[in-house]
Order: sequence, then structure tokens, then C-alpha cells
Amino acid sequence: MKFAIIVFPGSNCDVDFYHAFKDGFGVDIEYVWHDTENIDEFDCIILPGGFSYGDYLRCGAVAGFSKVMEAVRHHAEKGKLLVGVCNGFQILTEMRLLPGALVRNQNLKFICNTVGIKVENNQTPFTNKCEKGQILNIPIAHGEGNYVADAETLKKLKEKGQILFTYSDNPNGSLLNIAGVCNEQGNVMGMMPHPERAYESILGNEDGRLILQSIIAFLQGGWKNE
Amino acid sequence: MKVKVYVTLKKSIADPQGTAIQGALKKIGYPIVEEVRIGKLIELQLGEISVESAQQQVKEMCEKLLANTVIEDYSFELID
Repeated sequence: MKFAIIVFPGSNCDVDFYHAFKDGFGVDIEYVWHDTENIDEFDCIILPGGFSYGDYLRCGAVAGFSKVMEAVRHHAEKGKLLVGVCNGFQILTEMRLLPGALVRNQNLKFICNTVGIKVENNQTPFTNKCEKGQILNIPIAHGEGNYVADAETLKKLKEKGQILFTYSDNPNGSLLNIAGVCNEQGNVMGMMPHPERAYESILGNEDGRLILQSIIAFLQGGWKNE
Repeated sequence: MKVKVYVTLKKSIADPQGTAIQGALKKIGYPIVEEVRIGKLIELQLGEISVESAQQQVKEMCEKLLANTVIEDYSFELID
């Protein structure tokens, strides 16, 4: 089981993720620079938070065209796990690997806070250690986290169980209170809250562990998608 | 050839920035303004190129990068 964190110019949660997986769970994990071509050896790719390419034009728009992202797209098409958190989520929607888009927060403010998110679907590689309906307290830190999609897409997301997390108290205006979604195949997940910033009590909260543990359990074969 | 590309949020997407500016305009004495939508103007300077080819390539640029068509509309004009 091998993890990779893709590092773009402007990524700033890469070290948090590395620390959480490596020191928290002893997982084999490597930083992968954005101009790498081959990522075949990895089972799970993480797109970390931050401000890749300065968030120029639109958040995540430029990162999607990095050299490594062709391989990342291929990785996802093969059904392997791909996780985007915060800016990583924005990159995944820009690449159309996840539906919808993330626009300016409704109140136009950058919000840095810990919020409650509800687990809507626990039958996924990313949530199998959570209870359905469980509330996790996870930090958010974003200016563009307002999830939008057209009515048809929202309906489909709901029907197919692709909405994984919803905000208990919507901070940013996201439609259907969406905080995290997965693709239809269930191997690509994006979320605005940062589980890697809440994986040990010294950080104030360890609810994020459940998400990281779910991914590890899935890769160890401890949980199968039914 | 110079190209002006206009990128705007789709009608169905709320524009809180526009709403805030509409409020500000009202406050400074322009209650006539009923709606404000804020978009982007992107200016491109192209090298030697035919009008037809420019049109096709700028459209591609918009679809691929300059606009996110999930949330934005775009239009452009070619200026000699």
C-alpha cells in the first residue's frame, strides 16, 4: 500500500497530510512533484490543499494541466483511489473528475473554522470507518468552497449516494449543504474540510482519523465496496 | 491580432460580489441599478493568424481553460 501526495507550486497542506499518514499511521507515503510522469506504483493519490499556481484565473484551474495530472487522470480511470481536499477538491472539479464546481463563499469571506459535517454515506472507501449520520468536527479554511451544480447533477448525486458529507450548519452557501462528494464509480473523492488537520488530539480534535483510517482499511482489503 | 475574452457567471449561479456592489451603488445614489454581475475581461495578443483560425483557437482556449463552462459563459471579440 503506497500513497503519493502531489505537490504543486503553492500547495501548503502537503506536509500535514504526509505527517498524518506517515507519523500517525505508519503508512508508506511520498511527495510527488507536479512534473512527474509515472505514478504507477501508487495505490492512492492525494491532492492537498493550498493555493496551487496562486489560484490564478480560478482555484485549481491551472493545476489540472500539470504534467503529472495526465497520469493522475489515468490512475483514476483505472479505478484507483484519488482524494482531493480543499484546493485538491477544486482541482478535481476543474478537471471534471468530479461533478459541479466551487465558487466564492456566499458571504465573500475566507472562513477558517472548525465545522460539523455529517456522514451521508458510509459505504465508500473514504467513510467506511464512520457511522452513517455521524457528525465529525473538521476544520475548514477556504474562500471558494461554495459547491454548485445544476439541478440534474444534484439529483443524480443524491440518488447515487455520491454526497458523502454535508455541513450541519452551512458556512459557505453550498447547495444541499454539500461538503464532500465522490464520483459515480466511487474511487474519486473531494471534500473542502481538512481531515488531515484533525487527526490527533494535539491538533485539538481527532475526528479526521476516521476518514484516513477508512482509506487505509479499504486498501488493506478490510472493507469491500458492496 | 488582439482578442478580448469576456467570462461571466452563468445566470443560474449567484454572484454575491455583484449583489454587494449593487448595494454599494444604491448607497452612493444610484437606486436605478437593479442588478450587477461581475465577470472577467481577458485580453490576448495573438501573433500572425487568420480570423478563422483565431476564432477556432480562442474558442478552444475558452473551453479548455479560460472559462469553466460548468459555472461560466464566455464570449470574445477579435480586434485587428
